[in-house]
Amino acid sequence: MAQSQAEIAPVLTHRPSRTPKEALQEWLPKLVLAPSFAIILIFVYGFIIFTAVLSVSGSKLLPDFSTWVGLGNYVRLFNHPNWITALKNLAIFASLYIIVCSVLGLGLAILLDQKIRAEGLIRPIFLYPMALSFIVTGVAWKWFLDPGIGLEHVMQDWGWTSFSFRWIKEGQYAIYTIVIAAVWQSSGFVMAMFLAGLRGVDNEVIKAAQIDGASTVTIYRRIIIPLMRPVFLSAFVVLAHLAIKSYDLVVAMTDGGPGTATWTPALFMQKFTFGRNEMGMGAASAIIMMMMIFAIIVPYLYSELGGKNERR
Amino acid sequence: MLRKLLIGAMLSTAMTGAYAVPSFADEVEVLHWWTSGGEAAALDVLKKKLESQGITWKDMPVAGGGGEAAMTALRARVTAGNPPTAVQALGFDITDWAKQGVVGDLTEVATKEGWDKVIPTALQAFSKYDGKWIAAPVNVHSTNWVWINKKALDAAGGKAPESWDELIAVLDKMKANGISPIGHGGQAWQDATIFDAVVLGIGTDFYKSSMIDLDPAALGGDKMVEAFDRMAKLRTYVDKDFSGRDWNLASAMVIEGKAGMQFMGDWAKGEFLKAGQKPGTDFVCVRFPGTQGAVTFNSDQFMMFKVGANQQKAQLTMASDIESPDFQSAFNVVKGSVPARTDVPDTAFDDCGKKGMKDLAEANTSGKLFGSMAHGHANPAAVKNAMYDVITRHFNGEMDSKAAAKALVDAVASAKM
Repeated sequence: MAQSQAEIAPVLTHRPSRTPKEALQEWLPKLVLAPSFAIILIFVYGFIIFTAVLSVSGSKLLPDFSTWVGLGNYVRLFNHPNWITALKNLAIFASLYIIVCSVLGLGLAILLDQKIRAEGLIRPIFLYPMALSFIVTGVAWKWFLDPGIGLEHVMQDWGWTSFSFRWIKEGQYAIYTIVIAAVWQSSGFVMAMFLAGLRGVDNEVIKAAQIDGASTVTIYRRIIIPLMRPVFLSAFVVLAHLAIKSYDLVVAMTDGGPGTATWTPALFMQKFTFGRNEMGMGAASAIIMMMMIFAIIVPYLYSELGGKNERR
Repeated sequence: MLRKLLIGAMLSTAMTGAYAVPSFADEVEVLHWWTSGGEAAALDVLKKKLESQGITWKDMPVAGGGGEAAMTALRARVTAGNPPTAVQALGFDITDWAKQGVVGDLTEVATKEGWDKVIPTALQAFSKYDGKWIAAPVNVHSTNWVWINKKALDAAGGKAPESWDELIAVLDKMKANGISPIGHGGQAWQDATIFDAVVLGIGTDFYKSSMIDLDPAALGGDKMVEAFDRMAKLRTYVDKDFSGRDWNLASAMVIEGKAGMQFMGDWAKGEFLKAGQKPGTDFVCVRFPGTQGAVTFNSDQFMMFKVGANQQKAQLTMASDIESPDFQSAFNVVKGSVPARTDVPDTAFDDCGKKGMKDLAEANTSGKLFGSMAHGHANPAAVKNAMYDVITRHFNGEMDSKAAAKALVDAVASAKM
């Protein structure tokens, strides 16, 4: 025992003296990363803390650190009819947006994966809406859905006089028009994700299934789609945080109207902080939104990063 | 490498240092959102006047959201400790900024020129804080106007309505004539502009107790239910595509004869004039039925910020220029509003402008000049927007009048916290 320690100790203590070059090599990555690390620390996490502090202060027009209201802003927030509307809208918007995008995206990807002709032409057509900003999408769909100038008007001009599609003007349906525009924009992107996933499926597995006499439907249902689980997860995370952040699309399409029918949490945050001089309540709503996003992202990161280590 | 970094850092510090050097003494930096054609032309009058006195005008236009974007820009400037000289502002925003202790003091000029005597008292409530003049009012817009297409009115009897019942009669006839009686855009502030006039039409005392004093009994009382009932009635005269329409498109409907009338502040007049229409022959301007003699107003003011001692002279000169009668006349003729002081001759104004000036002076003496709720001159932003929510929800049919009156009480109580 004593002997083995004696053998090891010199090995541990004996280190060849490092040349400056080696020292630099060791420090360089840290040096290069340090500025961006510091910037992220201040401008992301520092400001999260700043917002959290604001949310328990009585700030109105400007940040005000002399009055403290505890959880008062949160209580007022959850008693405010507009916030409740915003949460309901988020539930409708997020669930429909995620489900419809995933289903459409997967469907398109499967169809495109049938080794069809001109795939290279068709794929970008579906993908291009993603290149537009939500503001452009919003304005275009606002005009397209406006009964006075858009779809309804054109249909009636063409002779289908009883045609009526005026959801964007009706309080209880307006949020669904935003879903339509958002789905149009994002489903091509989800398709691309699934397409990448489908291309990664091992052909041997499919051949084996074919030899066993499985039909194409069975192969997709029992083998390929279950293999897409990680893609579903990634798509869910990407779409969910887009849904929670949804602001520009709503502003461009309805600006929260008719009435307050299409308010979303992000719109609420902006309007209260900057329009209504209620910075405290605005900060509280921002913190709630952040918690919602963390509730989605953290389990995802955990399963992606932590989970892999366990499996190995 | 390290030395290069250091030099770079020093250079950038020097550059930001140069950037922060205070502006020249004879310069005013003005933050405003008057960027559209007529507004910019009106502001140019002030710019030229200042330049003739050797003061440079540093323009900082931030358009968008009826001043909301400008206020956001202002937050950043004030937080950085570098506010502009003068900022276009409305109503309670001025008071809110004054509370932050960042505004300047114009009392010296105001006393010398006797602003107290010529500027309506209701305006002074916003231009003064804690006994000191902090802002120079530029104009007065009154919001309880009705703009009627003359042809449509002639087809509907020819007499401009003076009471609620007459208004309904005219609207019914216009509907029977096959046009959309009211040109309106479904945006919260436009709904609230009509609501202002409807409440004022029910009674000036009622307007004061509900919209300005925020008396819960008035906010939730029978008269408020009546006001919401009237809103619901007006809703039936609006075309089906009104939601989200901008106000100037609604004006265009009246100009083209597609709609009969519009309830809107006097900035709508500019749209009619631009279309080559003449007051009295092509369109008619009257006060909202039942509100003749009373005026709800909003007033653009230039709020002055605390600046260095070397810039104060330019700031005071600017304030003095804004209140000079010749500027007040020249500016407001172009802008469509009326002067913020009551002693300006009305010779340069058209018929609607003359009527507006006469009504303003009359309402000022009789104590019936009130800040407009819809335009942030009756209540701070939080209360105003809380009212917007209820008014626009009710107007879009989400609740009935009784529920709306009750919701109004709750919304105001919550926003006042």
